[in-house]
Amino acid sequence: MRDPVLEIMNVSMKYRLMTEKVDTAKQFFVKKLKKEITYEEFYALKNISFSVSKGEVFGIVGRNGAGKSTLLKIISGILKPTEGEVVRKGSIAPLIELGAGFNGDLSGLENIFLNGLILGLSRKYIDQHKDEIIEFSELGKFIHTPIKNYSSGMRARLGFSIATIVKPDILILDEILSVGDINFKEKSEKKIRSMIEAGTTVIFVSHSTSQVEKLCTQALWLEDGKVREIGVAREISLGYKEASRSV
Amino acid sequence: MRRYMVNFWKYRDLFIELIKKDIKLKYRNSFLGVLWSMLNPLLMMIVLSIVFSSLFNRHIENFPVYVLSGRLIYQFFSESTSFAMDSIVINSQLIRKVYVPKYLFTISRICSSFITTLIAIVPLVLVMLVTKVQFYWTNFFVVVPLIILLILSMGVGLLLATINVFFRDMKHLYSIVLTVIMYLTPIFYPAEIIPEKYKVLVELNPLFNIVGMFRGILMDGNIPAFQSIFNSLIYSMIVMLLGFFIFYKKQDKFIFHI
Repeated sequence: MRDPVLEIMNVSMKYRLMTEKVDTAKQFFVKKLKKEITYEEFYALKNISFSVSKGEVFGIVGRNGAGKSTLLKIISGILKPTEGEVVRKGSIAPLIELGAGFNGDLSGLENIFLNGLILGLSRKYIDQHKDEIIEFSELGKFIHTPIKNYSSGMRARLGFSIATIVKPDILILDEILSVGDINFKEKSEKKIRSMIEAGTTVIFVSHSTSQVEKLCTQALWLEDGKVREIGVAREISLGYKEASRSV
Repeated sequence: MRRYMVNFWKYRDLFIELIKKDIKLKYRNSFLGVLWSMLNPLLMMIVLSIVFSSLFNRHIENFPVYVLSGRLIYQFFSESTSFAMDSIVINSQLIRKVYVPKYLFTISRICSSFITTLIAIVPLVLVMLVTKVQFYWTNFFVVVPLIILLILSMGVGLLLATINVFFRDMKHLYSIVLTVIMYLTPIFYPAEIIPEKYKVLVELNPLFNIVGMFRGILMDGNIPAFQSIFNSLIYSMIVMLLGFFIFYKKQDKFIFHI
């Protein structure tokens, strides 16, 4: 086996659900005194372990609420797991939601810099690649318009173009191959394929089993925050398809 | 510690970009733009001079410079800390989706306020020229109280940002606190009129010492006493360390509350 670039070891994520949401100090103390605040423990993820080797395309399937997004957030470092450990080697680009962190008052170009820096690029690198980003996003003359005037498709296209310029070691995709119109969708699929061919490790989350079959080598099936099965992508997606049909 | 420095270095470009963004957005779409940062203190000075200068004439020699310098310190503190307080909540979208060291948002806001407030030094120097204040080379020591003020504001900003994530009441409470601090700081009245028995209380206000130091250097060219620099610096350092410590302890929980 080749060396793993990502190792998830016995990761659990426990939430304490407050039975009521408390926003102000007054509410908090009043309710604390009345003993109205109770907590319910809830495991979004329980004891997940797996590892991804370099160059692999790793799929994660599971129903809504199975813990896929939580797992992605833990992988990309946004959430800290309550138990267990995550070892990452190399840079991670999360495409969890495109255009997170765009500032509506800034122009497209200014947002390229801001967003690229947030994704961990250097200023120099963005400077060198900004024309490439603008071209790929097909925004043309609108690049100097404030982003608040963009359509949602334009925003998503810009977000995708910035995120894929990163050339990360690990790329995290969350249902993202549905950006923009058909033309752009094809273009973005092609881009991701070329990244995979260039040896980028990809972690891919999807409801669509056909995409998982098509793209992934290995896959993980999450159910209620636990690993149901882990193995070759095709078998997993077959099993998952059958299980969801029988429900 | 080393690890944090390396991490900060990795994000230094982002840090600078965040500061630039704040400054750009502050003046964007306004006709006079950066001029406001100079006009605002001047107008304030004119009003306060008209109202109060005859009252405090015996104690304060150069009322306009006195007001301007006091206001500059207070304005920076109040603007930067309230701006920093919102930093985490406002960037919640981002924090929920991408990993970025979160203190960057808070600290960059302090720094951008620092820069926009420093613009107020221009009218201050102008007024000093007009009112024929004598300049000394020791005037350059003003950086000392300004740096102490920056450290203090970072600490307070981090504390407020953390608290505001969990209790949004902080915003309302803090506006009262700021008003109290404003009246406890000798901005438009002479420090001597504070009764001796309350002096201890007033000196607890961290701005008190800084304003005094700032004015002494600016108006009389005094090099501040080592003891007073030392005290202020220790005070600010403690606040800053406390701010970083509490922010650091709580930052993993932010995501559940924003």
